[in-house]
Amino acid sequence: MALIDLRDVSKSYRRDALEIPVLNGVTITVPAGDFMGLMGPSGSGKSTLLNLLAGIDRPTRGSIRVADTEISSLSERALAGWRARHIGFIFQLYNLIPVLTAFENVELPLLLTSLSKKQRRDHVMTALGIVGLGDREKHYPRQLSGGQEQRVAIARAIVTDPTLLLADEPTGDLDARSAGEVLTLLQRLNREYNKTIVMVTHDPHAAERAVHVLHLEKGTLVEQVESRA
Amino acid sequence: MGLVSGYNLRSMLVRKGTAAMTAMGIAMVVAVFVMTLAIAQGFRSTLVASGSTGNAIVLRKSATSETVSAVLKNQLPIIESMAQVARDGDGHPLASPELVVIISLPRISDGRPANVPLRGVGPRAYEVRDTLQIVEGRRFVPGTREINVGRQAVGRFRGLTFGSDVKFGGATWKVVGIFTADDASFESEVWGDVDLMMPAFQRGGYQSVTVKLSDPAAFSSFDVAMGADPRLDLKPQREREYYEGQSETTGTLIRVFATFVTAILSIGAMFGAMNTMYAAVAYRTREIGTLRALGFSRLRIVTAFLAESVALALIGGVIGCILALPVHGLSTGAMNMASFSELAFKFRITPGLLGGGLLFAAIMGGIGGLLPAIRAARIPVARALREI
Repeated sequence: MALIDLRDVSKSYRRDALEIPVLNGVTITVPAGDFMGLMGPSGSGKSTLLNLLAGIDRPTRGSIRVADTEISSLSERALAGWRARHIGFIFQLYNLIPVLTAFENVELPLLLTSLSKKQRRDHVMTALGIVGLGDREKHYPRQLSGGQEQRVAIARAIVTDPTLLLADEPTGDLDARSAGEVLTLLQRLNREYNKTIVMVTHDPHAAERAVHVLHLEKGTLVEQVESRA
Repeated sequence: MGLVSGYNLRSMLVRKGTAAMTAMGIAMVVAVFVMTLAIAQGFRSTLVASGSTGNAIVLRKSATSETVSAVLKNQLPIIESMAQVARDGDGHPLASPELVVIISLPRISDGRPANVPLRGVGPRAYEVRDTLQIVEGRRFVPGTREINVGRQAVGRFRGLTFGSDVKFGGATWKVVGIFTADDASFESEVWGDVDLMMPAFQRGGYQSVTVKLSDPAAFSSFDVAMGADPRLDLKPQREREYYEGQSETTGTLIRVFATFVTAILSIGAMFGAMNTMYAAVAYRTREIGTLRALGFSRLRIVTAFLAESVALALIGGVIGCILALPVHGLSTGAMNMASFSELAFKFRITPGLLGGGLLFAAIMGGIGGLLPAIRAARIPVARALREI
């Protein structure tokens, strides 16, 4: 069954009087448990597509169903709640809050749930354990390496056990070794924990780790390639 | 709330310099607010302390204050004979016929002449006003040119020290005693024998008669009896209500002034808070975008940034209150608009006033933080995430 069902989705931005098209009639289905890579050159619309899936941007036209919810018609408020329940987002620049410790950063999404303090602690420690940073809970982001920061960010993305993990160039700011660790971790989340992942990247090595890869060019889907992974 | 206390307060510390300056701006406004209202509070409580609930002051009908009232000499025995007036152990009625005139004496601080209220009182004035206490010397002896001086007037005006001679009303008077009156306005006055004051100032009658009632509840029957007597065109008032009324003009003037000054200052402080919060929002745009992407609603973001602004302002408010506290109990003087004479009183900072100062700070923080908080919540998430 398709977890993600995009039908004829278009997105354009208005800049002054000019209408700039970013996505043109994209139709994609992603089954549950898939690890999907989205590739394409800069400006091809891959990050925009990811933002649409995350419900942090809205399509100009078309329908986006994620886990049987038509998110393009949700109100701003409902969308925020939906994101908290269903989406784990991994950013290129990690986007950890600098004044919070690793533990507190991972705990952030849980503050939106009704979990008790003890339950939150258990969830956070489990997530930090999965990414191999159980001993770094009291460290602030500035005390961690880039790779470690990204793993904390992944722990934050999985701590609520979301329906869908979205990663926007997760290795774009990392050296080759750290990038490899992060990709291995994502693969593990997909294989062992059956997490559905959509990952935007322009790095062919990163895309190799995905199960399927889609190519976008100038806002249009050009081909679908079976990965070697 | 976890987000509020942890994230916002720690973020505030990252920008210590700006936060401290904003807090100090608010502290200054709160300090001025508390201090000016402490003047109004002190002024009012000084006048209100003058009035006792067990006393009544008798004035001519339609007179709004002692200075514009008149009581004829032959009306005094009629008042004294009324049943509601208390008696002392020897059966003397506890009533004090009084006359207030303004004399001019040079101020010690700047040598310039100031209006000092001189109160001629009856021989039983000290029994009628039982809060009065001689703290140095003795009471003046009726029929002699002796005077008593209130504690607040001593040291403020030249010549009003214990044992000295003062010239006014064409004669020389000797200061034989200093009195206190529980911080009431009487402490700014000079008291002497009313029967000597009348000829000295060419007055043919009294201005008021203050009586101690046999029972505070007897006031209404006293009022009725006085209204029924055709020989008396007089009207009693409870002494406390009278003095409350007297404090109104000047009290209101001080309060209006205080409100005006602090309102203008607070606009400056609010812009300061607003500027700080706009900078904080701009500085943390990507963090806000991240929080929104994680599922934090707009309302939570608004609340968090408002709370940050209010917390910052409250820190300023506490500092402002601490800055204002040392003036508590300091003496100052102001023109009493009801008698056109100087009234000495003390700054009074009450817990209510401090609470008002903190509330004022919180309001400034809230108003200053509102627009930046709304901006924080309205930033499109996708765009906020692209900010570096």
